Amino acid sequence: MARRVVPISAWAGAATAALAAMLVGLPIAAVAWRAGGWGGLGPADWAALRFTLVQAVLSAFVSVALAVPVARALARRRFRGRGALVLLMGAPFILPVIVAILGLLAVFGRGGILNGLLDALGLPGIQIYGLHGVVLAHVFFNLPLATRFLLQGWESIPQERFRLAANLGMGPREIMRYLEWPMLRERMPSALLVIFLICLSSFAVALTLGGGPRATTLELAIYQAFRFEFDLGRAALLALVQLALVVSAGLVALRLGRVAAFGAGRGLTVERWDAKGAGYKALDGTVLVLVALFVLLPLVLVALRGVPTLAGLPPQVWRAAGASIGVALASTALCMAAALALASVRRNWGEMAGLLGLAISPLVLGTGAFILINPVMSPATLALPVTALVNALMALPFALRVIAPEYARTERDFGRLADTLGMRGWARMRYLLWPQMRGALGFAAGLAAALSMGDLGVIALFADPERATLPLEVYRLMGAYRMEDAAGAALLLLLLSFGAFALLDWGGRRAA
Amino acid sequence: MKNLAFATSVMACAASVAAADKPELVVYTYDSFVSEWGPGPKIEEAFEAQCDCDLKLVGASDGAALLSRVRLEGARSEADVVLGLDTNLTALAKESGLFAAHDVSAEFDLPVDWGDEVFVPYDWGYFAFVHDKGFDAPGSFRELAASDATILIQDPRSSTPGLGLLYWVKAAYGDEAGEVWEGLADNIVTVTKGWSEAYGLFLEGEADMVLSYTTSPAYHLIAEGDSGKAAAAFEEGHYLQVEVAGKLKASDQPELADAFLEFMVTDAFQSVIPTTNWMYPAVTPEGGLPEGFETLVTPSKALLLPEDEAQALRDEALEEWRAALSR
Repeated sequence: MARRVVPISAWAGAATAALAAMLVGLPIAAVAWRAGGWGGLGPADWAALRFTLVQAVLSAFVSVALAVPVARALARRRFRGRGALVLLMGAPFILPVIVAILGLLAVFGRGGILNGLLDALGLPGIQIYGLHGVVLAHVFFNLPLATRFLLQGWESIPQERFRLAANLGMGPREIMRYLEWPMLRERMPSALLVIFLICLSSFAVALTLGGGPRATTLELAIYQAFRFEFDLGRAALLALVQLALVVSAGLVALRLGRVAAFGAGRGLTVERWDAKGAGYKALDGTVLVLVALFVLLPLVLVALRGVPTLAGLPPQVWRAAGASIGVALASTALCMAAALALASVRRNWGEMAGLLGLAISPLVLGTGAFILINPVMSPATLALPVTALVNALMALPFALRVIAPEYARTERDFGRLADTLGMRGWARMRYLLWPQMRGALGFAAGLAAALSMGDLGVIALFADPERATLPLEVYRLMGAYRMEDAAGAALLLLLLSFGAFALLDWGGRRAA
Repeated sequence: MKNLAFATSVMACAASVAAADKPELVVYTYDSFVSEWGPGPKIEEAFEAQCDCDLKLVGASDGAALLSRVRLEGARSEADVVLGLDTNLTALAKESGLFAAHDVSAEFDLPVDWGDEVFVPYDWGYFAFVHDKGFDAPGSFRELAASDATILIQDPRSSTPGLGLLYWVKAAYGDEAGEVWEGLADNIVTVTKGWSEAYGLFLEGEADMVLSYTTSPAYHLIAEGDSGKAAAAFEEGHYLQVEVAGKLKASDQPELADAFLEFMVTDAFQSVIPTTNWMYPAVTPEGGLPEGFETLVTPSKALLLPEDEAQALRDEALEEWRAALSR
């Protein structure tokens, strides 16, 4: 397909890409500059690199492999509560790490529900700590995300195709082969990539569920270089290694993720005529019940723990909640503008620029920003704006992965018509892109808002007592032994993040 | 974004206008000190009542992060005082050459002699394994290793208590430390990033014991009325954490900084510590310790490596730990 400059504004994409590259590159350079050079890597660092890669690859493949049957079941079934289930699938992703770990352990831990059940049945208990525990936790976080990515793919297959397939008497196998597999080939590499990248910078989850120093990841090695050895050169070098991993993984995935051409459809809700047999229904039903239990049980336990203290939370927590909402709004707006600009480029460098937010350790980013801001003004003054900017950068890869395929599809199907009509700039946005993409835009904005709300981000490096976000407040409460209040604050955070996500996602899908 | 930046700058302006007529003392400390539940707010109020100044507490996540930050800022730092380093960090801190000598003298109630010329202690505590009272806790590391008791510990690379445990084992066992760690490996359920994670998991019932402080049961007793927690007394003795503060050479308020360090060892500061920071005050206030502290275990022996030795042993001790637990 010919590359055409798609007129949101040609320079906006380039400017955004440059900005993203700068936001990632400058902090690493600043840290290296402060150190007076790059450090060297020891054998422990190579072990950390190996473990980081192994757990990230496993987590990505398991998450996406499990997401295929889940997304297919959601795509071909209509049932009461389906919308709610799709929505709730977004929730694990937005929980602060420590809260999610506690929720998971309430189910899978030594004293968790599962071991309680096994014990009651007279069976031996399971041990969660180890590589399998790390993968389990990462699947918990990312399976829902992968499911949403793939479900979006299913919904992009025009209804006419399924009708035609039904007329031709195709069964589920043929439909998989001729309709679903081409779509999966287009979408799976990017889902794999994003989850792989998320897991690359995992630290607290990997360490806690990995059971000890065997589970040392690159991010922990960076942490160690910073605070244990104050070896900034090594920290900067490790950050470069992380960056190189992200860029090479990105190049591979972009090469594999070919754009499948379906031709234009009418974009109606898909009714499915295949897979009507009782066996298929039972299969899909089982898949959905299992995934709902897996995803929702830890969340419900987290929520229940917070209920008793929710109403009586101290005023500081509510103030922090206000700050978090402000940060989330600002970073969502930034992130969406950047994602649209990069999606409009429709070239590999645009996609790569969008991935950079995942390529940098928050610790290096925060420290680099600190080194850059410090000579000019007090970093604490800028704590909230910097947090908003960093959160936007971190959410950008997700928003872009949601928006880019839809943008490409819209332009492929309607771009020429719009060009003929001379629709450019704002008119194209208003009359073509917005109506065609509102589902994707809503989902992307919801993700960005929720991520920004739940992310501890860089605020911990900068904060003073007056400027805290809700996740920081949760950590502060835990640090002061107040685990019950922390549970209440975590529930508030869950409600806010999820509320923002639900509102935006629902708003987009309602009309899509 | 614009509005937010605007709002922030308005806030910053308002703060600086209010403070314009008073000198400002900036104290960097760790996050749990400045939080609403820590000592910060009460201490700010008490000091401002007597100094005719504006005390500004700025938080970094913990002691090690605090030192990294001051080193990053170097001589340009806004901070006048750094509060919250411990004896495992003081050697590094002195090496940086950023800190000035103090002239505070006080009758310290520490289990060890204190003669440091640069840093003034403000509280201290013993590391210990905390458990539920019904649990039959082991009485030493050897006994723990031989038992099937489970423990949660913190990573020395990312956590202050984690590093404390590393030195605890090293101070008690010297060259045999690696062997002790190998014995402990199968008792360790998991290693967490920080204290909060480990303590949270412990309260969820993930292990029999968690690495914390002998004073932790006092929180449950005094703040929650729950007398069900205890700390296990170990025969080898318990490693000590002494938390200190120091004045920066580059301070633009050296007199105020000195006044703050003097204030730190008075009753107004020290009486706040036990029930907000949940540590022992460095100078016992006139009214004594709060009711409930008398129920805590008192270790038979206090262990503390001299700061230079701690610094010299650090990498070796970490490697022993890593090798034993990576098997």
